[in-house]
Amino acid sequence: MDQSYDRQNPAFYAVIALLVFMSVGPVLLMFVNSFKLDVDIIGGTTGLIFLPTIQNYETALCDVLWYEPDHLDFCSLKFGGAFINSLIIALVSTALTLVIGCMAAYALVRFRFMGRDTVSLTTLMVRMVPPAVLLVPVFGLWNNEFCLDRDGLIGGAIRDTFGGRGDVCLAGTHTGIILVYVAMNLPFVIWILQSFIVQVPRSLEEAARVDGAGPFQVFFLVVLPLIKPGLAAAAIFTFRIAWNEYLLASALSDRNTKTVPILIVNNMSEFNVEWGVIMATGMLLAIPPIIFTLFASRQIITGMTAGAVKG
Amino acid sequence: MADATLTSSPNARTARRRRTERLNRLTPYLFLGPAAVIMAIALLYPLGYMVWGSFRDWDPSQTIGEAEFVGLKNYITLWGDPNFRESLGVTLRFAFFVVTFEMVIGVGLALLLDRNIRGMSMLRTMFILPMMIAPVVVGLMWRYMYHPTVGTFNRTLESLGLPSVDWLGQHALMSVIIADIWQWTPFIFILALAALQSLPRSALEAARIDGATAWQQIWYIKLPLMMPVLIVTGLLRLIDAFKVLEVILVMTEGGPGLSTEILALRISRTATEFRELGVAAAMSNYLLLLLLALTLGMFAFTRWQEARAAKVRMAAEEDS
Repeated sequence: MDQSYDRQNPAFYAVIALLVFMSVGPVLLMFVNSFKLDVDIIGGTTGLIFLPTIQNYETALCDVLWYEPDHLDFCSLKFGGAFINSLIIALVSTALTLVIGCMAAYALVRFRFMGRDTVSLTTLMVRMVPPAVLLVPVFGLWNNEFCLDRDGLIGGAIRDTFGGRGDVCLAGTHTGIILVYVAMNLPFVIWILQSFIVQVPRSLEEAARVDGAGPFQVFFLVVLPLIKPGLAAAAIFTFRIAWNEYLLASALSDRNTKTVPILIVNNMSEFNVEWGVIMATGMLLAIPPIIFTLFASRQIITGMTAGAVKG
Repeated sequence: MADATLTSSPNARTARRRRTERLNRLTPYLFLGPAAVIMAIALLYPLGYMVWGSFRDWDPSQTIGEAEFVGLKNYITLWGDPNFRESLGVTLRFAFFVVTFEMVIGVGLALLLDRNIRGMSMLRTMFILPMMIAPVVVGLMWRYMYHPTVGTFNRTLESLGLPSVDWLGQHALMSVIIADIWQWTPFIFILALAALQSLPRSALEAARIDGATAWQQIWYIKLPLMMPVLIVTGLLRLIDAFKVLEVILVMTEGGPGLSTEILALRISRTATEFRELGVAAAMSNYLLLLLLALTLGMFAFTRWQEARAAKVRMAAEEDS
């Protein structure tokens, strides 16, 4: 590095240390507590003097462990299953959102067509819709309208294979939750990617077209590789929302499609909170976002500034 | 055209060209198609469905067709409902304090830390950590720290010999606001820092040569130049403040009483606990109208901003 740095007042570094402590402290606290027994958490052995144990993690992950932890009689917390559900839902919805959102953003930037302004305005407007507003209609529609008739051909086939009663509905399936997440994230992804696609020089695309590439080839072979940073940013944000979302998932999921946030909230609302186990589950839920933050903070910041500063 | 081979007859060539033209005209719609279909099915249709449902006396066990049509009754009941008004008040107070404090702290930190120091990128990484973590987990951490007996804050106060504070009881709204400030101030900080670092160096240079003090530079040059970005950032944060739900749900579940029951939480409780989907839908519509006004304000502001910038640029070009 040939860049020279300014010397600063020691007080300045003290302020920075304090800020870092404030922002990372709570996370570290949770990390430390997840390795403590409940006795230690409540008993007030403050600080770092305690015997670390992985018992909390064993309790949380008991349904996917290959051995039976000694301290457990019965595996009540099905964390492993919820983790897999979360993973499926977050990954599939991220992939779908990116592919679909990218194409839409490209069309909005590069082509002049009827209704273009309406489309961009709608995208902007739906971006502000809070998940809580979608709760009622999504609950109603997914349970009552978006169904296959039990007597129909496909619905009947599904009922015969998987059993169960009533019509086959979107509610309670992975597909149902993924559909909401894709729709919810699309406006944001389109918004961010637009600002990246605008920067792709038009002459490159024209050169490819002169060489005989069709519009789809131009898009996939020329434009996509150039907006990789934007794609990474958009992917992280979409994944983060799909991974962290609680409300809609809790309305749409059933016993088998529960995601991790639902599991945590359900265990929190009980009167006697088992802090150690809860913190272990919280830590497991926080690990993927923390990894993203540590390895892709540059992309996250780019995405944030592109999404907001462009207005 | 590259595909005009020698063997093809003129007729076939024109046919092919016409086909490519038609394909070209269809391309934008093909690219836009999937997104439009998904958003129509899972976003716009549900919103319309909600508006429709808000005029009905609707129970979760009924389909919307079976529910009785009651006109504007849900909206009028809500308007007279003291609980709803309380909840609206809490929401507005929450949004106001959160955005104000976050803007002041975030911009202040950006001005303070806009220096050429080692490890700045590392610092930013640390700062964005809180907003990447799930709101559910954030609520969990703060609920632990606020815990009356085992929580970190009261323990610290105790060891200092100070009286303990009933964080999530008497001061619930304040505690919730503090947690949100912790999570989202970095957002403002990062954006303000980006804006600060893209300011024209010449203006700052000129001010320094003219002998402006650090405060004068901030007050008369940096802040006015950052203002457009700051306003958009503030509006974005304001819109997001109305979406907060999980953190509060985990920390207080809206309690004690109604002191932290923001609108989003009240909607979900009306729908799931009180089982009044029609009322919940009407409430959602009130919230949506509020956000619509804010978004339109933001849109109008950016348009006006662009127009002004274009005018300034034109004037500058005419001068030269």
